[in-house]
Amino acid sequence: MLLDVRNLGGKLGRPVSMTLAAGECLVISGPSGIGKSLLLRMIADLDENTGDARLNGRSRMAMPGPHWRRQVMYLAAESGWWAETVSAHMQPLPDAAAFLPRLGLRADVMDAPVSQLSTGERQRLAFIRAAIRKPAVMLLDEPTSALDPASTGLLEDEFSRLRQTGTGLIVVTHNADQAERIATRRLFMTRDGLSEAR
Amino acid sequence: MHPIALSPTDLAVGSSLIFLCALLSLLLSLGIHRTLLWAAARMVVQLLLIGFVLRFVFSVGSPWLTALVALVMAGATTYEVGARQDRRLTAGWHYGVGGGATVISTLIIVVLALTTALRPHPWYDARHALPLTGIILGGVMNSVSLSLNSLFNGAVRERAAIEARLALGDSRYAALRDLAAQSIRTALIPTINQMMAAGLITLPGIMTGQLLAGMDPVSSAKYQILLMFLLVGGNCCGAFAAVFLVLQRLTDKRDRLRLDRLHSARA
Repeated sequence: MLLDVRNLGGKLGRPVSMTLAAGECLVISGPSGIGKSLLLRMIADLDENTGDARLNGRSRMAMPGPHWRRQVMYLAAESGWWAETVSAHMQPLPDAAAFLPRLGLRADVMDAPVSQLSTGERQRLAFIRAAIRKPAVMLLDEPTSALDPASTGLLEDEFSRLRQTGTGLIVVTHNADQAERIATRRLFMTRDGLSEAR
Repeated sequence: MHPIALSPTDLAVGSSLIFLCALLSLLLSLGIHRTLLWAAARMVVQLLLIGFVLRFVFSVGSPWLTALVALVMAGATTYEVGARQDRRLTAGWHYGVGGGATVISTLIIVVLALTTALRPHPWYDARHALPLTGIILGGVMNSVSLSLNSLFNGAVRERAAIEARLALGDSRYAALRDLAAQSIRTALIPTINQMMAAGLITLPGIMTGQLLAGMDPVSSAKYQILLMFLLVGGNCCGAFAAVFLVLQRLTDKRDRLRLDRLHSARA
């Protein structure tokens, strides 16, 4: 099993367990405020939590937090930027440049100041920034919330490409149509925890 | 050295300036005469009181009494460092971090100065130790509170950027490095300004005091230079210690950002 989450608890109500196979796209939906983002953040070990998570059988407690997060990467719904230009965030830079046309972004966007980009552009660039670091699992929190239908389609194509290379995806989305299109498996989150799709 | 002794009459003449200001405020209804008189009265009482306390401490010559006075001064500084922050660390950490940074850096600098450059006999002689402690504490108070302010506000403002770096697999030190550097720079700007202006724009207080007390200008300049070095050292130490301690508290062993340990001071 690629990712094995066991009894993950803490600020979430009931502890949660789930598994994710290589190349799978698990979509989690549920009402707002139920803790879907928190769940993803806990899997990435960005918020305090109890329980365990294993990648290819190896517990995250066996490695420092940053090592775990480089392999199990969380992508927040609202992207954060720490340098002035886009390119300063991209590593390796050539891989990022190759990505741009596939997501409908201009080539010169790399030299643009982050503050001048639209929310939608920032959201796609944040995805690129994560994907080029080649994590084994990506935890995507509303990855297309600021995108028009065309850009959403392009990003969903990238999800399939990642799956073909064995990357596992866990996606939180409110968009039911999108869930239908991209999910290989679906989970619903309620106060009682996670349950398989009806 | 023949300091000119000030008589009560001399001070009374000086105080007429305060009354003049108060009178102006009254005539022009500026409304600050009460505050002005109160502040002047407090200043006179506080300074005379510390004069008598120091006279007593100097004459007793006990290292324990000296240490006690220094401790009270450090306690007051710790309180002031924490008092005017927009945000506070939870539990006792707020004063712990401010006080820790203040005491550590002041102790290092004062002991260093007393055992190397100044070398009074004995080295803990109150006449040297206490004024030195006061001067260093005053500087450290500013640099520690500026660095705390910049770091606390920065961590909240830059939360998304810091967490983005952590999520991409950067360590807590990498993710907070820019903010830490910026906080230390902010804390040291007044210190650097002070050095730049010394002698050119202002005659610093120590030197002015020594000149008025009849000391040779070059000797008093040397004293001022040494004290500037000590001040800068203390301010640097204080800012570094404060930033380091806060970083420990605002992150944890799993390299998470722990803003839950920081809350806003009541407005």
